[in-house]
Amino acid sequence: MGTRQYGHKTSHSEPGPGDGGRTGSWRVARPILDANACIPAKRGTAACFICWLYCPDGVITRTIPPGIDYEYCKGCGICAEECPTKAITMVEESCFILTEERKR
Amino acid sequence: MHIIESGNVAAAQGVKLSRAQVIAAYPITPQTPLTEKLSEFIESGEMDAQYVPVESEHSALAVCIAASSTGARAFTATSANGLLYMHEQIHWAAGARLPLVMCVVNRGVGAPWTIWNDHQDSISQRDTGWIQIYVNDHQQIIDGVIKAFMLAEEVMIPVMLCYDGYLLSHTYMPFEVPGQEQVDAFLPPYKPAYALDPAHPANLNTVTLPEVRVDAKGRTAHGYMEIRYLLQEDMQGAIKVMSRVEERFKEHFGRGGNPHYETYRCEDARFIAVSMGSLSYHLREVIDSLRDDGIKAGIMSIHLYRPFPAQVIAQGLEGAEGVVVFEKALSYGYEGALCSDVKAALYTFNGSRKKRPFVHNYILGLGGREIKTTDLYEAFKDTCLNNGKADVGLKWIGLKI
Amino acid sequence: MHMKTTILSLPEEEFVHPGTRACSGCGLGIAYRIALKALGKNTILVVPPSCLTVLQGLYPVAATMLPCLNVTFASTAAASTGMVAALKALNKPDIKVVAWAGDGGTADIGLQALSGAAERGDNFLFICYDNEGYMNTGVQRSGTTPQWAITANTPIKGKMQQKKDVPAIMAAHHLSYVATCSASYPLDLYDKVKKAVTLPGLKYIHIQIPCPPGWGFEARYAVKLGKLAVETGLFELYEVEQDVQRLTGASGKIADKRSLVPVAEFFKAQSRFRLMNSSQIEKIQEQINKKWAGAFEIAGDTDEP
Repeated sequence: MGTRQYGHKTSHSEPGPGDGGRTGSWRVARPILDANACIPAKRGTAACFICWLYCPDGVITRTIPPGIDYEYCKGCGICAEECPTKAITMVEESCFILTEERKR
Repeated sequence: MHIIESGNVAAAQGVKLSRAQVIAAYPITPQTPLTEKLSEFIESGEMDAQYVPVESEHSALAVCIAASSTGARAFTATSANGLLYMHEQIHWAAGARLPLVMCVVNRGVGAPWTIWNDHQDSISQRDTGWIQIYVNDHQQIIDGVIKAFMLAEEVMIPVMLCYDGYLLSHTYMPFEVPGQEQVDAFLPPYKPAYALDPAHPANLNTVTLPEVRVDAKGRTAHGYMEIRYLLQEDMQGAIKVMSRVEERFKEHFGRGGNPHYETYRCEDARFIAVSMGSLSYHLREVIDSLRDDGIKAGIMSIHLYRPFPAQVIAQGLEGAEGVVVFEKALSYGYEGALCSDVKAALYTFNGSRKKRPFVHNYILGLGGREIKTTDLYEAFKDTCLNNGKADVGLKWIGLKI
Repeated sequence: MHMKTTILSLPEEEFVHPGTRACSGCGLGIAYRIALKALGKNTILVVPPSCLTVLQGLYPVAATMLPCLNVTFASTAAASTGMVAALKALNKPDIKVVAWAGDGGTADIGLQALSGAAERGDNFLFICYDNEGYMNTGVQRSGTTPQWAITANTPIKGKMQQKKDVPAIMAAHHLSYVATCSASYPLDLYDKVKKAVTLPGLKYIHIQIPCPPGWGFEARYAVKLGKLAVETGLFELYEVEQDVQRLTGASGKIADKRSLVPVAEFFKAQSRFRLMNSSQIEKIQEQINKKWAGAFEIAGDTDEP
């Protein structure tokens, strides 16, 4: 079964996530947010959101507290570096592999 | 309306009547009067189009590629080194399947510099995936432009319409200019299957992996090789589409014939000259003289060079004892490109060795070297009388070395 | 005086899907994501071969949610011109055309077409994202690579020539708008992009993009590096409108406070400058001091960043 029936005869790409696959697998360390130190979480109102602003991959949600999509988070650490209250710390990915394996 | 004008003006008239919407123009001899005429049409309000005076030929084709991808009918023209400068874009337009039309006013290429006519510029683009058509006179130029837009938009492959620099571009001939309503009835507005549109976002012509891959909706998409295969397939299909376009043109304008090649006195010819462009009409004098001498000669003037209509050309030549290919270009290190293509066609489609005509190759007119009728006559006669027994291999006419 | 955008007033809508092939910590990821918020849906992008080509996705998946045309390396500006012409011919003049080229595609191979489009006054925004090298092909030197940087093809001596000043070249075309930005100051970038698209003719925005693998630093410091470039006065954030240049944001603050972070801190933070000696650094510090002496006399525009 070939590609003969495919719609376009040219290189025509339509939008969708994960062109690079599950880029979360690139991580060596993952960002963990401590809501007790997070400004919008403590105030219960929209504030700060510097982590959301600077995420190069748009995997942080502008919510209270911010959420991180670990499917695609590459673990760059910019959010941890820029958070004004150090509410985000980078934790070795290996800590989570064992937990996730156990879950399966 | 019957007028007497130059070949470049004939082309410009064709572009105006075809309602091209975006015109990119960079000056190069001998194309300049064509784009100058278009700028006159646009500035006077006679033609409604965007005229973009680009800063290079590479950019000229970039403008056309982007304009066409956005849904507008686009045109440009060039010659020689200008054509070579846009070579990367020529490949691009074909792979992007854009129905551009470009007039190539044939001129020799540097080094060294020449501004005079030969076919090396367009011949060297034959592998790119553009449809290539060579025309012989001004009527064919204006008609050819109009037909080119229809053909291009039908098969979504860009078309190069080639005519001889100076010999056709700058000489004056009478020709019929069809009316705008007539052309509008023949050639509808450009309506592509897809044009860049914020309502339907897509990313065009990005990096394409060697293997097929699943798209965002889970369907297996073509790979690079499939995309290129489809270009080849549609190019070959264009041979028949060209015939349909020709029939339609004949219905509307009363002019037309065989769109692939044009013959003169070939019906009972023992020896057939093959050529492209204005040389084909020049050769008619030679044919008439040979006939007066009792030699049954004829000419096949090829219009459609790519896709190469190999089967019909082989059929057209099969009755002859000898074929002499006269060319204003060559594939350096081997022989004339047209000659190789003709031989291959005869090899593929003409049965046993006994029936195949011999094929000889003459190179002439490079860099605008004058082509004397007497030289043509002597060369052709020599080949006919020796019945192909003279040594094969490239021969040159008009060389003064 | 227009209102400066804040993090909280930035639109939430995203125009880039996650899971792209951009490097971890890519400065372009930040700049692209925020700038697209300023552009919005009614935009078509033009992109030559560059890091963005890869970020945007390989066929048949597109990470960008806007329509985009990939073009040959030299032709970004010419293709944008053609697109604008087509939209005019089709009576769709309010669709924005925005070119995004890397430094190579702007300052080297792309400069001819860019200058041509500038001279013709074609109505589109040309954005150069400058990561200071041909990063997509493996960190080769470009016209905008700074002096002394070690790159893949200046591996031992470092680049001998100075960085090409592309914004100055574009300003010399007397455009309606020329601006410099940084991925580390995305709100300044957002405002400039928003302003640029309202102005006529060709607009040029030059964004400095910190690049972790190309510049040689840990990904988490990408924003810090970009800020350091500005705080040392090495890179200035400015706008040129009607041929009048004015500092913006953090660069305006520097002019006010008359203080520069020593440029050595910027160089020492990146392994691409590892072979610089102190006299080379001093020479650059002198050039920066001289450059800013005039600005220190005239206060810049210093609204809150």
